[in-house]
Amino acid sequence: MDYVSYLDYKGKHKGLLGWILSTDHKRIAILYLVSLVSFFLIAMTIGVLMRLEMLTPGKTIVDPQTYNALFTLHGVIMIFLFIIPGIPVVFGNFFLPIMLGAKDVAFPRLNLLSWYLYIGGAFLVVISLFVGGGPIDTGWTFYVPYSLRTQSNVTLAVFAAFVIGFSSILTGLNFIVTIHRMRCPGMTWFKMPLFVWGLYSTSWIQLLATPVLGITLILIMLERTFGIGIFDPALGGDPLLYQHLFWIYSHPAVYIMVLPAMGLVSEIIPTFSKKDIFGYGPIAMSSLAIAFIGYLVWGHHMFSTGISDTSRAIFSFLTFIVAIPSGVKIFNWVATMYKGSIETRAPFMFVVAFIVIFSIGGLTGLVLGSLNTDIHLTDTYFVVAHFHYVMFGGMGLLFFGGLHYWFPKMFGKMYNERAAKWGLLLFVIGFNTLYFPMFIMGYLGMPRRYYDYLPEYQIYHVISTVGSWILVTGILILVINLIKGLLSKEKYLDPNPWGGTTLEWKVPTPPELENFQEIPTVEHGPYYRDNLIKPENSH
Amino acid sequence: MRPDIVRQTDITFIVIVGISFLLLALVTAAMFYFIYKYSRKKNPVATDITGNTTLEILWTAIPLVLVMVMFFFGYSGFKQMRNAPSDAMTVKVTGRMWAWSYEYDNGVKSDTLFVPKGIPIKLELSSADVNHSFYMPAFRVKEDVIPGRKNYMWFDPKEEGRYQVECAEYCGLSHSYMLSQVLVLPAEKFNTWLAESKLKENADTTKMQTDTIKSKQDTLKTK
Ligand code: HEM
Ligand SMILES: [Cu+2]
Ligand SMILES: [Cu+2]
Repeated sequence: MDYVSYLDYKGKHKGLLGWILSTDHKRIAILYLVSLVSFFLIAMTIGVLMRLEMLTPGKTIVDPQTYNALFTLHGVIMIFLFIIPGIPVVFGNFFLPIMLGAKDVAFPRLNLLSWYLYIGGAFLVVISLFVGGGPIDTGWTFYVPYSLRTQSNVTLAVFAAFVIGFSSILTGLNFIVTIHRMRCPGMTWFKMPLFVWGLYSTSWIQLLATPVLGITLILIMLERTFGIGIFDPALGGDPLLYQHLFWIYSHPAVYIMVLPAMGLVSEIIPTFSKKDIFGYGPIAMSSLAIAFIGYLVWGHHMFSTGISDTSRAIFSFLTFIVAIPSGVKIFNWVATMYKGSIETRAPFMFVVAFIVIFSIGGLTGLVLGSLNTDIHLTDTYFVVAHFHYVMFGGMGLLFFGGLHYWFPKMFGKMYNERAAKWGLLLFVIGFNTLYFPMFIMGYLGMPRRYYDYLPEYQIYHVISTVGSWILVTGILILVINLIKGLLSKEKYLDPNPWGGTTLEWKVPTPPELENFQEIPTVEHGPYYRDNLIKPENSH
Repeated sequence: MRPDIVRQTDITFIVIVGISFLLLALVTAAMFYFIYKYSRKKNPVATDITGNTTLEILWTAIPLVLVMVMFFFGYSGFKQMRNAPSDAMTVKVTGRMWAWSYEYDNGVKSDTLFVPKGIPIKLELSSADVNHSFYMPAFRVKEDVIPGRKNYMWFDPKEEGRYQVECAEYCGLSHSYMLSQVLVLPAEKFNTWLAESKLKENADTTKMQTDTIKSKQDTLKTK
């Protein structure tokens, strides 16, 4: 070999230090990968414990206070430590510079700092469990006035979220500058891979929306410590002001999670259909449209709070509008398969599962965007089902899909594809068994965040809990299969195992330290292939 | 005719779920058909298709129309939810950690919501501490109960019976035990209950007053 891969490279530091002090975007991506997967597995275990508690009415394994802390912790970890950083910090970090034909991101040291902020925030979360009033019990939304009254350690926990927020802002900033400044010769805006468009849209949201969350969380800390009276009605504050501020960030955050996943879908489908994407322009523009309109719909989380009837109507209307660009993407993806030459390899099957599950999540979102049905369903298990379909079946599933797509490139190793497909199948079956009954019990009136419930709901809870066991079996098969592949002695050095067309498939596997010995020049669109049949009417 | 909120909500639900189901079936069927028809084996070389403007316009415009239909259903149902009929009877609801209490115009208090059949009920919601949400699944209505705010909702108890009231906004330790019931009685029965409760309450108050006087007298005597 005439190059040193980023895995073998020996710099100033050796061993672990060579990783946690490296500013190489690929090594940072691996740091994130290990952190994210660990937090995911922890929060997943908490989720399974919660499901176990819900197996029977009354106490099954824990007391109410513990249950309340568990769902809060599950939510906080899944949202702030797994799904929001999610695809951008792992696959964005690893592949954005390569896909653009660059040697690194614009600010490599800032990139490493972002990881330290992320890990620092995570440690603060852990510390908050053991000091002060103990584990936070407010739900991941930290709603006032409860979060001002409870004895649990809200102050430290929201400070942790604040710190993690900074990590997110800096990553967004870094990616925006990278995309603007570091594209290789020939790579015009409309020759960028669609994954890059997804990252670009997400980065703007991270940069512009996260500060709102930061301020809001600081205000909670000040309110708890000094009682200044911004949110606390007893001091003349307004609890709804808090909800507005919180959702001005947290709704766009949903798109922070999902846009990069959608970008990933737009990579995987052309690769395995062996053809160009259908509707490059509309897909790229719909990302921007989602990012933009997504700012204006936060009020749909507040339809039952007593905000004015007019504002409820406006927010509902805009919520329906934002569904359109998501639909456009799905139609274009399916159209890409038309007259393709499709290989149903493991990463492609993740995308197939994604399209169905995510569509169910999105379509049930319409039920919640509509005013009278939302009034009935908000804060019930219907919502719990809906957001797991969107976030877990959407972005969470695609995180694993991306891992299977890029695994050989990242590590120069391969996993067992049959095992991956079996794991995925169990995932899909378990997922639907776990969450579908929640739609039904939600419509029947089972509120969320309930430690105990009336006996008539038990049958749905039992099915759901059994589903959680199937799902976890699937996830464990996927994870163990990947780890086995990683540990195997057999190297897998094919630079382009799936026949992809974007730049990352043109560099050696695993990539070398600075990606390219010579900066490439791009002539065609990202998914161009010259060996295809020309459509009949194009003479 | 008073609007039927339960029916309106269920219809909206069915309309949206119906349309959604069709869209989902369409997308899924197309996808699996393509995967089958254009598999590597059956179609070794792909055709170079990069887009189609007509299709893009169609699949933007048609869903746009569909979601506007959905919005319309949701919005018209919602308007009815917000306009309590003028002949509605008002009951004050207070949420506190972790119980509901109801107060009628004549001052009677109760921890079950007794209502007469056939008379629309307007609920005025207030909270004594943190956020709660007053939820009656059988009537498809809920509204948050927020300290410092006067929210309201209304519902139409058409059939006699007992219905569940739940707190739907997380409020701490016993959130899931913050339950209560609506008891819909025939109008005469309800009126009797209200009158009797009033008498009893008066009696209770009178008794309390006499008790205080007595105890005062007792204190005086002992002096
Ligand atoms: C094995 C996987 C999972 C299981 C078994 C699970 C289960 C649950 C359960 C039982 C609840 C509580 C419902 C309630 O009491 O209201 C819940 C809430 C939640 N889950 Fe999951 N979940 C899983 C994965 C995920 C993932 C991947 C995400 C994020 C992407 C996620 C995000 C959330 C959030 C944000 C909440 C709300 C927490 C709150 O109410 O404060 N979950 N989950
Ligand atoms: Cu939202
Ligand atoms: Cu409650």
